[in-house]
Amino acid sequence: MLHLVSANASYEDSIALTDITLHIPVGQKLALIGRSGAGKSTLLKLLYDQRPTDIALVPQDYGLVTSLSLFHNVYMGQLGRHPLWYNLLNLIKPLKKPVGEVQSILSVVQLSDKLFEPIGQLSGGQQQRAAIARAIMQNGDILFADEPVSSLDEQQSNLVMKVLCQRFETLVLAMHDIDLALKYCDRIVGLDNGRITIDEPTGSLVRKDLLDIYGE
Amino acid sequence: MYAKTCLIFTVNKLTVSKGLRFRRSPRWKVSWLFVFVALACLPFADLSISTYDPWAELGRLFGGLLQPSLVAIEKPFEALLQTLAFAILGVSSGSLIGFGLAQLFHLRLVRIVCASVRAIHELFWALIFLQIFGLHPLTGLLALGLPYAATFAKVYAEILEEGDRRAYDTIRQSAGPTSAFFYARLPDLWQHFVTYTGYRLECGLRSSAVLGFVGLPTLGYYLSTAFLEGAYAEVWALLILFYLVIASLRYWLRPKLLPLYILIAPFIIANDSEISVDNISRFFTQDIVPLPLRNSEGLSGLWQWFTELFLTEALPGIINTLLLTQIALVLTGLIALIWFPLISRLFFERFGRLLGHLFLVIMRSTPEYILAFILLTLWGPSMLPAVIALALHNGAIIAHLMGRYSNTLSLRVDATAGMNRYAYEVVPRIYNQFLAFLFYRWEIIQRETAILGILGITTLGFYIDSAIQDIRLDRAMVLIAITAALNVCIDSLSHYIRSKLRLSIGSQQISAESRR
Repeated sequence: MLHLVSANASYEDSIALTDITLHIPVGQKLALIGRSGAGKSTLLKLLYDQRPTDIALVPQDYGLVTSLSLFHNVYMGQLGRHPLWYNLLNLIKPLKKPVGEVQSILSVVQLSDKLFEPIGQLSGGQQQRAAIARAIMQNGDILFADEPVSSLDEQQSNLVMKVLCQRFETLVLAMHDIDLALKYCDRIVGLDNGRITIDEPTGSLVRKDLLDIYGE
Repeated sequence: MYAKTCLIFTVNKLTVSKGLRFRRSPRWKVSWLFVFVALACLPFADLSISTYDPWAELGRLFGGLLQPSLVAIEKPFEALLQTLAFAILGVSSGSLIGFGLAQLFHLRLVRIVCASVRAIHELFWALIFLQIFGLHPLTGLLALGLPYAATFAKVYAEILEEGDRRAYDTIRQSAGPTSAFFYARLPDLWQHFVTYTGYRLECGLRSSAVLGFVGLPTLGYYLSTAFLEGAYAEVWALLILFYLVIASLRYWLRPKLLPLYILIAPFIIANDSEISVDNISRFFTQDIVPLPLRNSEGLSGLWQWFTELFLTEALPGIINTLLLTQIALVLTGLIALIWFPLISRLFFERFGRLLGHLFLVIMRSTPEYILAFILLTLWGPSMLPAVIALALHNGAIIAHLMGRYSNTLSLRVDATAGMNRYAYEVVPRIYNQFLAFLFYRWEIIQRETAILGILGITTLGFYIDSAIQDIRLDRAMVLIAITAALNVCIDSLSHYIRSKLRLSIGSQQISAESRR
């Protein structure tokens, strides 16, 4: 479904990715692991550009509008599916149907009591879950997320990973929590210095080896 | 036991319902408050078009655009040189004096004097100095230099305030305050001063052009003559020259060349009129002394004179000024919200943005006074031309600032496009800045509203101008003082609202441009 063959990427003065070949079939739950600066975000971007319309996205900086309410930020996942007048009306006066839909997603990520709080007043972990709720609201089959649980505690991380696995058929997650990657994903791709240095199904990997190379 | 459970229950319910009820933000409510005030003002404002065939005249005006007359280039060129010379001398002397005053800005007296001087528009200063010095170049210089010095003092003081003082505090004892200032403060802040001063020079060019409308030999003088003669081709030649000068500002206005310009400028503005000492002493000892005092009618006479002036001229002037200001303010905001995407990379590609920039540069470089003058001649005297002129000019300025600010935003790659992007992603992010810019311009719009009275709209400027025409300078001075007081009031109200809503303007660069 997503294919890269001998792809390279570089920023103005430095090479970010070298000779990347990667095929991701439908239904796979893939974790990209690697230290900071290894090229995870760049690889996500390369893959994302292949099918931008089908992919729900959780960027590393969340991409939330801090002055709007949590409700409106989550609703934004569906803007493309409604006529403009409906979106504008809903911006001024939240409509019943979307409020119900958003509320049901928020209850899954344990944010339902914050429905109309401005995003700016939420904590970092709450904002991260808001970005995830928006991605769920997009209702797609594929999710791309850059460090989706980096600001969450262990219990919430597990909750969110479980929800993501249920809601999306295909996952591509950049992570540096190796335990979570092993627990929820079925394929691990390790990046080091812009190259793929490991690409194995989860079952054949040993935690300690991964920690030595990719742990922070 | 039961009571305790109950209490916990209610507390829980309260915290839950806080996030569950949709509450509109204060900035939303304030925005609508201003819209409703403006709507309530509408029925009381005269917005009629009284000329017989306004559109045909507008057609002839734009017809002139197709054939800008270069035959009459001699006059425009002379006017342009005068405009430049007055602007450069006025702004640079204002900047020097302002810099000195900024060092004393901690003194309450200095702040009050500056606020009062600032509250009186350049054109009113020009009207005053015309009475004292006649057409001597000093009139134009002081009319520009004085209010500019007061504004420079305030903004320079703010820049000094915001700067880092640590290096200065460390060496002040050993080096002495002056050396310490030049070594430890000025180098860091120099760029801010230069940026702001350069920006003000652009404002100074507009002000200098407009001073021509009250008789100085700058652009406005030739423009109004050409316009009233119906020589539209010449009007366009003048305007286009003016736009070219402003657009090319950064190519010829170099700090290194400035001393040269300052040396040449006095020779350009020099004329053979002389300052009459008699005139000056008569102005201070007779002209501006209230009539009842001159006739020794005592305090009761003075009171009667004042109440009559207040009720028949000041009050209607104040009401009309406020009406016009509130309507123009809301329309300005609306126009800014519509226009800012024109230069934003979030909405348009490079070529589209280029056209947008061109459009906004023209709209904001045309002084509102000139716009109002043109529209007034086309549509006849009512508030309509003034509202439109103020909204177009100020709307373009705010749109420019907002567009630039929106270019600093980074949206996520999957953000929607078009109107959805505008409504959900962009406007909520920049609305605070938008309101801050708008409230900054509130007082400016009001100052300009008063001034437009000179064109025949019955705001305060109308009564001031009439009093001066009738050589009743005592009345004119009182009305000018009232206008200034009104501006100071609006300024502090705007300050109050901004601090209540915690509105602040983003980067230093943009904040420099939004101050005026």
